[in-house]
Amino acid sequence: MDSATLLARITDYASRPNPYPLYAELREAGPVVPQADGSYLIGTYHHIAALLHDPRMSADPRTRGEMTHKPPFLRLDDPEHHRLRTLAMRPFGPPHSPGRVDGMRGEIDRITEALLEPFEAGHQVDIVDDFAYPLPVTVICRLLGVPHEDEPLFRAWSDAIVAAADVRPDDESAEPDKGGDQARMELGGYLLNLAEQRRGKPGEDMLSAFVNEPDPALRLTPEELAETAVLLLIAGHETTVNLIANGALTFLRQPEQLDRLRREPELLPRAVEELLRYEPPVHMRERIPHADMDIAGTPVPRGVPVILALASGNRDPQRFPDPDRFDPARQDNQHLGFGSGIHACYGGPLARLEAYAALGALLPHLATASLVQDPPPYRQNAMLRGPRHLPVRL
Amino acid sequence: MAGDLKDGLIVIVGASLAGLRAAEALREEGFTGSLTVVGDEPHAPYDRPPLSKQVLLGQATADTLELPMRRDPDAEWRLGVRATGVDLLAKRVLLADGDSLPYDRLLIATGTRARPWPNPEEGALDGVFTLRTREDGAGLAERLAARPERVLVIGGGFTGSEIASACRELGLAVTVAERGPAPLVGALGGTLSKLAAVMQRNHGVDLRTGVTVTALNGNGAFTGAQLSDGSRVEADVCVVALGAIRNVEWLAESGLAAGPRGIACDAGCRAFTMYGIVTDDVFVAGDVSRFPHPLFGYQMLSLEHWGNAVEQAAVAAHNMVNPGPLQRPHLALPVFWSTQFGLNIKSVGVPTYSDHVVIAQGSLEARRLAMVYGYQGRVTAAVTVDMAKALDYYRHLIETAAPFPPPPGAQDRAIAADIAIPSAVPDPSVLSHGPTVALTGHLPDRRLTVV
Amino acid sequence: MVEMRTVVDLTRCQGYAQCVFLAPEVFELHGEEGLLYATAVPDDQVERVRQAAAACPVQAILLGEEVSTGGR
Repeated sequence: MDSATLLARITDYASRPNPYPLYAELREAGPVVPQADGSYLIGTYHHIAALLHDPRMSADPRTRGEMTHKPPFLRLDDPEHHRLRTLAMRPFGPPHSPGRVDGMRGEIDRITEALLEPFEAGHQVDIVDDFAYPLPVTVICRLLGVPHEDEPLFRAWSDAIVAAADVRPDDESAEPDKGGDQARMELGGYLLNLAEQRRGKPGEDMLSAFVNEPDPALRLTPEELAETAVLLLIAGHETTVNLIANGALTFLRQPEQLDRLRREPELLPRAVEELLRYEPPVHMRERIPHADMDIAGTPVPRGVPVILALASGNRDPQRFPDPDRFDPARQDNQHLGFGSGIHACYGGPLARLEAYAALGALLPHLATASLVQDPPPYRQNAMLRGPRHLPVRL
Repeated sequence: MAGDLKDGLIVIVGASLAGLRAAEALREEGFTGSLTVVGDEPHAPYDRPPLSKQVLLGQATADTLELPMRRDPDAEWRLGVRATGVDLLAKRVLLADGDSLPYDRLLIATGTRARPWPNPEEGALDGVFTLRTREDGAGLAERLAARPERVLVIGGGFTGSEIASACRELGLAVTVAERGPAPLVGALGGTLSKLAAVMQRNHGVDLRTGVTVTALNGNGAFTGAQLSDGSRVEADVCVVALGAIRNVEWLAESGLAAGPRGIACDAGCRAFTMYGIVTDDVFVAGDVSRFPHPLFGYQMLSLEHWGNAVEQAAVAAHNMVNPGPLQRPHLALPVFWSTQFGLNIKSVGVPTYSDHVVIAQGSLEARRLAMVYGYQGRVTAAVTVDMAKALDYYRHLIETAAPFPPPPGAQDRAIAADIAIPSAVPDPSVLSHGPTVALTGHLPDRRLTVV
Repeated sequence: MVEMRTVVDLTRCQGYAQCVFLAPEVFELHGEEGLLYATAVPDDQVERVRQAAAACPVQAILLGEEVSTGGR
C-alpha cells in the first residue's frame, strides 16, 4: 500500500488493537516517510533516538507557525523548557526533593491493596475502571493536592485536552479543535484556584509548594503554574493507566511469562521496562525542525511536523533482537517508552513505582484469570494508546 | 585442540578496571582455558573515580570500592605481586616473587600511577599525598576529616580540581597552584579553563596560576610551600596532583614498544615491538596503551579515561580469542566526565585536537553550555557543562567528521554560535597537570613536507 | 550474605536521575546533573538499586558482587 497513507492508517481507530504490522511497514518504507498531509513519519530506533537528541528539533507547536498561547514545558524548547522543567522538578525530584517519589511507596501500596480488596475469584472485573485508572488518579491527586472527589470534573476536561493533543493527519477541511483550548483554560483556572487556597497555608502537596515558593526567581507565574499543573495532572493519569492495563493484558496473553514472574519476582523491574518497550503508553511524539534539515538523506524543510513513532522504534529489529517477543529478562533494554533526551518523561519514576506496585500485586490474581474479550476495546487516542476497558474473569 | 583460540593459557597483567572487564569479556566470548590475573595491589579490582569525590566527602569509604562483577571471570588472581618482565620468545611473564607464568596470549593493562613530587625527601613529609590508590584515598580522607587549616593542591587538572572542590564542600580552606594560565586548560583549552577558574574562585578557592611550587617545607610534617613568585603558602596538607606516569618500566627489556607515553598498539589492541612490528599474542588495554584513531588523523592517542578502559578491554578480549578476519578495531570515541564545584563536565572526542571552538548552545553566564571544538573545519570534540543530554548529538557530528562550526537551528543557540574563537590549547609542557588525552604523534598540518 | 557493590558508568550517564528517584539513599545528584553514589549497597537497598539499574535510560548501572579473588 501507499506509504504516504501510513499515518492515516496508524491513527485509524481500526488499527488500535494492533498497530505493529503498520510500524513494520513504516520501518521498511523508511527511515523518513513523507506523508500525504505534508508531515514526515519516522519509525526506526536509531533515527528516532538521534532526533530526540537533536537540538534543531523543536517541541514547540509555534515552530510550525501555529498561533497559540505559550505551551507547558513538555512542548517548549530550551532555555525556557529547562527553566520551567527545573522549577517544576523542585518539589518532585532531585536535586531538591530526592526522596519525594521514593517516600510514596507505602501510600501507593496501600491504595493498590484497597483497590484489589474486591477482587475475588469468580468475579468479573474491569482492570481499567476498577484498578489501572483509579490508582494513578488517586496518586496524582494526593501528590498535586487535588480533591479526589473532583475527579468527574477534571476527567471531562482531561478527555477533551488529550483528544485535542492526539496525533492525526492534518485535514484542512476539518474544524480546528477549540474544545481542547477551552478545557485547558478551565482546568488551569480550577488548579490555580486550588493553589491560591493554599497560599500562606501550605500542605505537603506540590500545588502548595509552587504557590508558596519564597524565592521570586524560582516562582512560577500564575499562567506557568496553571500550564504546569494541567500538564502534571493529565500526564499523571492518562499514561500510567495504559502502562498498567497493557501490562495486565500482556501477562494474560502470555501465561508462561506470568508464571515466570511469579517464580522470579526480582525480574519485575526489568519486566516493567520490557513493557515500556513492548507496549508503551505513549506511541508517538511530534517534533518540528527549526532549520532545513537532511534526515538520513531526506531533505526535511523547517516548520513541518515530524512524527516520531516511539512504539515502532521499540520494535526495531536493528536495535532489539527478536523485538516482537516480550522478554521480561531482556538485557540492554534502552527503550523509548519514556522518550529520550531533554523531554524524557518527567513523571517516569512515579509511573514505575505505580507499575511495580500494581503489577506486583495483580500477578497472583492474574494467574487464575482469563480475558473476557481479546482484543479489548481500545481508547480512541492513537498517541496515548491503551485499552479503554479490560474485562477479566477472575 | 592446539591453536584453538578459545582454549589455552591467558595471562592478564593489571587487576584494575581494564583487567577485570577483559577477564569477564574473555569468558563472555567463550574462552574456556586457564585465565590468570596479576595485580601489584593486594586488592580485588576497585573503582578509582570515587577516590577524588565520594571518598573525600565521606559518602563512601575507600575499602568499599570493589568493582561489581558482570560475571565471575573464573580466574586465578595473583594479587599483591608485581610483574617484573616478559619473555616474548619463551612466552612467560616474570613475577617479583620469582615465579613465572607461561601464556599463549598476554594482555597488558598495568595502567598508570600518580606522578610523585620530584623531591623524594619533601614528598615523604607527613601530610603530603598523591591520589591514585585506595590507601591514598583513605589517608587523604582521614586527614581532611581532621579539618586541616589549609590544603594545598599542586596541579589544576581534573584530579586536582576535584580535590579542591571536595575541600571547599567540606568547608576547608584550599589553595590550588597551577603552572598554566588556568585550571583544566590542558584538557579543555582557553575558554572553558576561564570558566573553571571563575568557578574555583567563586567557591572560595585560593587559585594561583602561572606559578610553580619550588619547595615543600616542613620538619617531618608538611607546614607549607614556596611558590615561584616568591610567596609562601602555609598549609598542613598537600596533595600532589601532577598527572600520571604509565606503568611501563617492567617492560624495558621486553622488546615491546613501551615508553613514557605508553605501549604502542594497533587498532586491534595488538602490541607493537620496538621495531614497529605488530605482535599477535600480546595485547594492550586501558591507560597504559597508545593506539591510532582514524577520526584524529590516525594519531596515537593515550587516554586516561574510565570509558576507554572498558571499551578497549572488550575489544582486546574479543581479538584475543578470535582469528584475524573476525577481529574488531577499537574505534570508540574518547569520553570523560568530571564533577566539580557543582558542575557536571562531560567531553566527547579529543578537545586538544582542535584549532577553534564555538559555544553552540547555552552560555558561560548560565553555567550551562555545549562547546564544540573544530580542527581544520571539522568537528573533533564537544564539551558540555550541565548539558549532558546534548552530547549524543555532537558525538554524531564527530563520528561523521561534520563541518565546523555545527549547522544552524539549535534551540538554546548561543548568540556567538557562529563566531569561532581559537581553542587555545597550550603545549602540555607549560602545565603542572598532565592532559588526560595526549596526542602522541604529530599534527598532520605540522608534518614536514618535502619541497 | 555478601554485601553488594554498585558502579555507574558515568561515561554513559546523561543525568536523567532515575536512580536518584528510585534509590535516594544510594544515588545523589551533585548540582543539577553530576551523580555521586555509595559504592556499598546495604541489604535493605538492594531491591531499590535493582530497580534503578533496570530503569536507567542509558543502562549505566551495574549491581553485583565483588570479585572473589580466592581470599588473598
